Amino acid sequence: MAFFLWRSLRSKFTTDGVARLASCGALATTAFVGLSEDNVAVADEAEHGLHSAQYPWPHNGVFSSYDHASIRRGHQVYQQVCAACHSVALLHYRDLVGVCYTEDEVKEMAEENEVVDGPDDTGEMFDRPAKLSDPLPRPYPNEEGARYANGGAYPPDLSLITKARHDGENYVFSLLLGYRDPPAGVTVREGLYYNPYFPGGAIAMPKMLADGGVEYDDGTPATESQMAKDVTTFLAWAAEPEHDDRKLMGVKWIFVLSLVLMQAVYYKRLRFAPLKSRKIIVDAVN
Amino acid sequence: MRANKKAFLTSFPFLSDLVSKTSSGSGILPRPMEILLSQKDKGYDLLSNEDRIQMERKELAKRFVKAENLYDPKHLEDRPSTGSKRLSVLNQPGLSIVTDHLIDYPAPVNINYFWSFGSLAGICLGVQIATGIFLAMHYTPHIDLAFLSVEHIMRDVEGGWLLRYLHANGASMFFIMVYIHIFRGLYYASYVSPREAVWCIGVVILLLMILTAFIGYVLPWGQMSFWGATVITSLASAIPIAGDSIVTWLWGGFSVDNATLNRFFSLHYLFPFIIAGASIVHIAALHQYGSNNPLGLDASVDKMSFYPYCFVKDLVAWVSFGIFFSVFVYFAPNFLGHPDNYIPANPMSTPAHIVPEWYFLWVYAILRSIPNKLGGVAAILAVFVCLLALPWLQTSEVRSSLFRPIHKKLFWLLLADCLILGWIGMKPVETPYVEVGQIASVYFFVHFLVFTPILGRLEAKYLRNLGKA
Repeated sequence: MAFFLWRSLRSKFTTDGVARLASCGALATTAFVGLSEDNVAVADEAEHGLHSAQYPWPHNGVFSSYDHASIRRGHQVYQQVCAACHSVALLHYRDLVGVCYTEDEVKEMAEENEVVDGPDDTGEMFDRPAKLSDPLPRPYPNEEGARYANGGAYPPDLSLITKARHDGENYVFSLLLGYRDPPAGVTVREGLYYNPYFPGGAIAMPKMLADGGVEYDDGTPATESQMAKDVTTFLAWAAEPEHDDRKLMGVKWIFVLSLVLMQAVYYKRLRFAPLKSRKIIVDAVN
Repeated sequence: MRANKKAFLTSFPFLSDLVSKTSSGSGILPRPMEILLSQKDKGYDLLSNEDRIQMERKELAKRFVKAENLYDPKHLEDRPSTGSKRLSVLNQPGLSIVTDHLIDYPAPVNINYFWSFGSLAGICLGVQIATGIFLAMHYTPHIDLAFLSVEHIMRDVEGGWLLRYLHANGASMFFIMVYIHIFRGLYYASYVSPREAVWCIGVVILLLMILTAFIGYVLPWGQMSFWGATVITSLASAIPIAGDSIVTWLWGGFSVDNATLNRFFSLHYLFPFIIAGASIVHIAALHQYGSNNPLGLDASVDKMSFYPYCFVKDLVAWVSFGIFFSVFVYFAPNFLGHPDNYIPANPMSTPAHIVPEWYFLWVYAILRSIPNKLGGVAAILAVFVCLLALPWLQTSEVRSSLFRPIHKKLFWLLLADCLILGWIGMKPVETPYVEVGQIASVYFFVHFLVFTPILGRLEAKYLRNLGKA
């Protein structure tokens, strides 16, 4: 394969000379510069936030699924730390079943919450324990309430957060661990906190993770970075719950298509053999 | 022996059919045969027209008798042809169109894989329509529900994530295929006479695609949907006098709102069918004269039937495309999208940068290169006028860039120029980018309006001088 590529490239370059090379070079440069937007954007980090490092997430690979134990721990971090201010409105209790909890565990978890249902036969709304089909509870009834409770800042819904931010998981992880003292000459307004990964550098969310802040039920030591990793994995799953199925289906589908491609190439070569091997005689005499 | 051969010929009606078809210049030549390319050298020019035709007929008849030697009659059984009684169902009135355009249709033998991108674009249209119909069953065109209904598709509808990722990435695939298709046309000058109509209908299809993709991107009602719609529909306000009224009329109100979303959904369902209709006209116009080929020369001397040759070759392209498409859908479904569109639309908060989808970036760069709003809109119009006028701007008598070394270099420069425009389109309006974008925009027009007409004349002059020397 590489040989054919090389051969075709060589024949192209030798026949067309320098100008072709130059224009190909221009093309390659354009493509490279266009794709490496990240490097160019470093210039305005103050405006867009510091670029996060690229972390080796266990689910990054083509054949990799989520680390489901990490999703479970991440859910515990979410519940004990984040849920006080942030909703995950698109998640239902049923979504957790078979992903990081058993059905009984989720039912038990749901029943701890009361939800308003109704109206009943008398036209009254009533409270009942939550069921699998209910969404996870929200900390505030609406945006206005959320802003009022947080000094004007609105804690965003986290259901899609890793898809809705550039560099998803890496950004969330870096942000959670990115709290610093503001550098000399930078002042942060009262009620805001310095975090270089946040666009503008001043975020209304205080540093929430501290060693031992959560007690994991699997006994994993709850260090700050462990919690950040777990909650990020949980949020990545919340944003793309189809991820594992998708990659598995993709692997199967591309495998099958590759077999079909081999058949198709063989069939094409078979059918074209007479055309490729025919003899054309230019008969100028008769 | 000879008598036997003649009897043989007449006992297979399709063979004599071929003879008559070939003599009219549009038939299919049988596969392994000796082709005699000798008419020119025989002084036919000295004969009267009728004599010449008669001689050609005789020559052709002789040729087929000669060709028939190479056939083992057993192989004739496999021969897929309308003449064969086995396929007679394909000769029925409704199906003869299949026979004429998908089975017996003659295509040049030398077309390469770049000729597969037309059918690939057709497949993309099919995928978009098929997935779109099912998505529409679960989507709600209301500003309070649109975003949630898309997430409902992603999370709760069985296979919904696949449908939506196919549809979202399918739009990008459609544009990739169509852009390659267009650049193939530019490289081999497929747009020149007699195929001007094919090219112009193609430009209209591109315009319709851009409209459809734009209004489709509004439907998920994310931040980019909303702000993209606001920016682009506001362009109409550049029109003198009636501009503001036109914008209000487009919006169905005084801002992009529920009325806008509703009409965009309706039109997004309608336009693909107009594209499909235009594609049929595109193909009908193409089949009037047949495909161009990499040499750009008259290919009627050596053609192959669509089935099986084009079919098996396109099959390889289709399956390869399927793998390429799958890599995006299954492993990088959001790579070509913008993260901001996963934030629900919020008219109170403008995103830091409003960036269109990647396939609009080159036009967007040209639009922004002109500091005046009306001027920008006029420039976009001029882009499409240039493309429409291309068959008449081109002056060269030679089609293929294979025989036009300077045109070949200009082609690669144009491609590089379009990529640079695409890169500028996603950059903020700041100092190095603005100037680069302006130069690239000017070059785009210079290519079509200056280089293309002048180059043909220069080439003709050069060839004339070569003849004199």
